[in-house]
Amino acid sequence: MRVTGRSLFDKVWDAHVVTDVPGGPSVLYVDLHLVHEVTSPQAFDGLRARGLPVRRPDRTLATMDHSTPTAPRRADGSLPFVDDAARAQVAKLEQSCAEFGVTLHALGSAEQGIVHVIGPELGATQPGMTVVCGDSHTSTHGAFGALAFGIGTSEVEHVLATQCLLQRRPRTMRVTVEGRLGRGVTAKDLVLAIIAELGVGGATGHVLEYAGPAVRALGMEGRMTVCNMSIEAGARAGMIAPDATTFAYLEGRPRAPRGEAWSRAVLGWRALASDADARFDREVSLDASLVAPRVTWGTNPGLGVAVDGLVPTADQAPAGERAAWQKALDYMRLEPGKPIAGAPVDVVFVGSCTNSRLDDLRDAARVLRGRKVADGVRMLVVAGSQAIKRDAEAEGLAEVFRAAGAEWREPGCSMCIAMNGDEVAAGKLAVSTSNRNFEGRQGRGARTVLASPLVAAASAVAGRIQDPRELLP
Amino acid sequence: MTDRAPFTSVTSRLAKLVRDDVDTDQIIPARFLKATGRAGFGAHLFADWRASEAEFPLDSGDARGASLLLAGRNFGCGSSREHAPWALLGAGFRAVVARSFGDIFRQNSLKNGLLPVAIDDATHAALVAWEGEVTADLVASELRFGERTARFEVDAFSRDCLMRGVDELGALLARLPEIEAFERRQA
Ligand code: SF4
Repeated sequence: MRVTGRSLFDKVWDAHVVTDVPGGPSVLYVDLHLVHEVTSPQAFDGLRARGLPVRRPDRTLATMDHSTPTAPRRADGSLPFVDDAARAQVAKLEQSCAEFGVTLHALGSAEQGIVHVIGPELGATQPGMTVVCGDSHTSTHGAFGALAFGIGTSEVEHVLATQCLLQRRPRTMRVTVEGRLGRGVTAKDLVLAIIAELGVGGATGHVLEYAGPAVRALGMEGRMTVCNMSIEAGARAGMIAPDATTFAYLEGRPRAPRGEAWSRAVLGWRALASDADARFDREVSLDASLVAPRVTWGTNPGLGVAVDGLVPTADQAPAGERAAWQKALDYMRLEPGKPIAGAPVDVVFVGSCTNSRLDDLRDAARVLRGRKVADGVRMLVVAGSQAIKRDAEAEGLAEVFRAAGAEWREPGCSMCIAMNGDEVAAGKLAVSTSNRNFEGRQGRGARTVLASPLVAAASAVAGRIQDPRELLP
Repeated sequence: MTDRAPFTSVTSRLAKLVRDDVDTDQIIPARFLKATGRAGFGAHLFADWRASEAEFPLDSGDARGASLLLAGRNFGCGSSREHAPWALLGAGFRAVVARSFGDIFRQNSLKNGLLPVAIDDATHAALVAWEGEVTADLVASELRFGERTARFEVDAFSRDCLMRGVDELGALLARLPEIEAFERRQA
């Protein structure tokens, strides 16, 4: 344990080390374990094989989101699963949660939603906690000053059985963002700019802390968007020190502390921020005022440009990356050397744990209000949770989407991952607010351009990649 | 997960997929993740690349039957799906040799008896050109081919688990008294 100059990460890590295995990893205690249907069935089977219980069902929370349909129930009340395997996977989660006494927000429950959306929404995610889930975008929860990271299924079993993990202390990197974001530039553009700066493997082995005035100025939803994509730079986790914005978001949420306990909790949370003399293994900084709305042109989240920029040519690739850039350009079939704005769009997706919260839907609606989705473009808007869906409907956002000709669907991962029936057909180009533009991520042969909800909505209206600043009032 | 065969050393020709930033969506596309067991994923390893590329390197005669995979930099980046190492193991691989790995993939591999071997650029370049057999020796923490020997790092704890063929959960269960004491302090 370091005595002086501790970072936010150091403080959370140190407070959760149960013991150190000699010559090996630390036993790290987990405060909150989130579970979903895709990465947990083998872990529950592991417990069954060993005759073990879930050690702390009270620290375990499950939902279903990846394999679930986003179309409404059929007339006969049945759910339109994409196939029997998806139905069976969801049924298996229901059975496991019932058997092991784990709280499950199943389809049909008022709290169901994408795992990284409902944790914060319920106030289950809190500053200073360790949060894990069998899902790499668990980094989202770091927006609250939690140490939150994705784990594999074996580790899911470890946490179910012991509430602990064997972990080696990662390195730390601080990303300081000076200045402020310009008009039409959002948290999504900022994080895409950060990933482009670091590279897709640039933060491997590190936990990131996002700091600086541009980060402080973000609301919780924007902070979640930034932390969500930490993994796309290779980082296990991304964190932001909790502050008044964090506390205002959390206060009164169902699982947040109340009364006396709330005041005590806030006092502790205030002390989590990195000390002025905290040391990081690496420091990088960025100027927010130089960030434009961004889009990706390649097949990983680091390969992007400003929406008013040019698709690069393979000759511009850094040393050693020419072949990879050429492969990405060949796959994406965008014209090298030409402006990326204007490229024809087939599908637009607003959703995913990156951009499916109320502010994201408001952004999309801001552009779509009084406009139509262009002919030949299919647009899906998928709220991250039932709660967000209800709020968006109450606020009239759903009506804006429907009137524009977009599909307003049931909450879930939807077209982010193409395993639930929502997918992009081969060869089609999708502008998507999700987090991964890997080959085939949104369907075999699908071409994905990552963007903010503003860029996505503007592109839906234009039928081609479009700078939203030209459409904003 | 139950205990598995101890890992000491593997000797094989290399199957070569020398590409950087190969993500887990390529290793095993999401639509195959609906199965709730650990078996059967090998058949879908790199399913989309296999289907769309005329000469996918792993389907070449040389690569067939290899238990060592030579990859590029940042192999296994992206999602946390443990189905990725399950698919590689299911397809007969015992170790992946690369310039670097995605963190979660690396951890998942170690927990399943798939050895991730990270090597320096010079060794990597030599392996790209190498046609013969290669030995990944975990006991000596060495990669050997022809006259060359390269050291690789696996932390002592993971190495011990691999060599004994035991699962890491046992080590955690042995700490339960300390975990309970920690919880009492926290409460
Ligand atoms: S929305 Fe996409 S990235 Fe987020 S949890 Fe679901 S599948 Fe994963």
